[in-house]
Amino acid sequence: MDKLIEQFSLGLFVWQTVLFLALVLLLRKFAWKPILEAVNNREEGIKNALDEAENARKEMQNLQADNERILNEARTERDGMLKEARELKESIIAEAKEEATIQANKVIEQAQATIQSEKQAAIADIKNQVAEISVGIAEKVVKTELSDKDKQIKLVEDMLKEVTIS
Amino acid sequence: MTIPNIVGAGLIVIGAGLGIGKIGGSAMDAIARQPEASGKIQTAMLIAAALIEGIGFAALFAA
Amino acid sequence: MNRFKLVKTITLLLLFVTASMHAISTPSKEETHGKKDLKTEIKEYINHHLLDSHDFSLYSYETDEGEHKYIGAPLPVILWDGGLKVFSSSKFHHGETLAEVDGNYYKLYHGKIYKTDAAGTINYDEDHHATNAKPLDFSITKNVVFIFLVGLLMFFMFSRMAKKYKNNPIPTGLGRLLEPIILYVRDDIAIPNIGKKKYKKYMSYLLTIFFFIWIINLLGLTPLGVNVTNNIAVTLALALMTYFITTFSGNKDYWKHIFWMPGVPVPMKIILAPIELLGTIIKPFSLMIRLYANITAGHVVLMSIIGLMFIFKNWIGSPLSFGLAFALSLLELLVAALQAYIFTMLSALYFGSAVEEHEHH
Repeated sequence: MDKLIEQFSLGLFVWQTVLFLALVLLLRKFAWKPILEAVNNREEGIKNALDEAENARKEMQNLQADNERILNEARTERDGMLKEARELKESIIAEAKEEATIQANKVIEQAQATIQSEKQAAIADIKNQVAEISVGIAEKVVKTELSDKDKQIKLVEDMLKEVTIS
Repeated sequence: MTIPNIVGAGLIVIGAGLGIGKIGGSAMDAIARQPEASGKIQTAMLIAAALIEGIGFAALFAA
Repeated sequence: MNRFKLVKTITLLLLFVTASMHAISTPSKEETHGKKDLKTEIKEYINHHLLDSHDFSLYSYETDEGEHKYIGAPLPVILWDGGLKVFSSSKFHHGETLAEVDGNYYKLYHGKIYKTDAAGTINYDEDHHATNAKPLDFSITKNVVFIFLVGLLMFFMFSRMAKKYKNNPIPTGLGRLLEPIILYVRDDIAIPNIGKKKYKKYMSYLLTIFFFIWIINLLGLTPLGVNVTNNIAVTLALALMTYFITTFSGNKDYWKHIFWMPGVPVPMKIILAPIELLGTIIKPFSLMIRLYANITAGHVVLMSIIGLMFIFKNWIGSPLSFGLAFALSLLELLVAALQAYIFTMLSALYFGSAVEEHEHH
């Protein structure tokens, strides 16, 4: 300890203090402040750039999500349209079928009605003819009967042979 | 230097050596256990060692 | 590229270390012809090396006529002795003659200037200490010159680096080496210890003290034979600055923790106050002693081992001590940086404790 105190030099102490303080002040003004500021600015710049990149990436992702969504929407719309069209087609076909059936039924009914009426008419005609023929026969029979008995019978038989109810 | 001074100096060196050795050993253990924290451990180790060293030197000069 | 750089660095270091050893060892070799015992000669040489000096001498030798020759330059001596006295240290002839200035006689004795009579007598007390009057000595000694040179070097280095940042935010040249160190001081020393809010105020001091101690420690390993940081005056100045900054930036909490420690019973508070107060002084004191002692011890051990080379003078001992000295030089390179780091680190720690805000009390 004595050695230390003996070794202590006031001059060196004063010089060291003065020079060092001057050095701190000078360096602060000309070196540390600009350097630290530049480094800070650079770091902030890098940070900002990174943030921006991150934002851009997020936006990109959003866009992609949007695209996906729109695509999906379009797809469902298309599917809907297709389904609708198919339904429409089916309904049209079903309707047409129904119409056709109804129409056919009508035609058949009409045909049946016509057939019926024709049949009636035919039957009526036949009846008339039968009546006329019967009357004719009766006339002839009556005529022949009036001339000859045998002939009359023969006539009736002939007449009967001729007339066959078809 | 008188003999008591020399003996005292020796004792100081032994004490400080043991202390710093213990710190170093513990730091090694800690680093082995947690290699990822080695930076922090080294800093703490240096500070602790420096404090012991300071006391050791102060005692050496007093001796 | 990396490997190339590494090789370059190692070669540089080797050159550096071997050159320094050569230069330190040269004088001892020359002096082996002297009349003194070799061991005392080496011891004296080491002691001389550890002291500051009033002239800058690279090395000295003795001519065949027994005359001391010094290679170097004299430095100005500035004394305050009832008036400013400035003269060249060549007047002392390395302590061999008296310097007469304005009718006063001064003698250089063991690196200190004493006022003497015309005959140059030095009076001693019983401990063989000189009792002559000492004028206030503000000389530009060897150490002052190197403090100044380091300051100049740092100023040019860092202001040039700062200028380059204006045009280009990416460091070039030396800045590439220095910027990571600056960032290290900021991110690993200042911010963790002081805190993100307040560290900016202390950055100038921390950076300056870190680079100053580091560069001047490295200079101590060069063949120039300077060792500024093994002067207690230098380390005291540095430690005092840390002490004053800590004291003046201490906030209410800091002083409260010293004088009236919260959270402990009252009798303990009374006991703790003087201990804490003493602690504030011990902290910078240990800073001062640590730096001084580490560098001094390093120099003494290194030079002693180099001295051993000339004591052994055989083919086993000398290479062995050469190898030891080489390894130790490498260790000293580490110590140079480590001491700068520890000084800065502890300073930051003290500043941090002074400005810390305790929210829990």
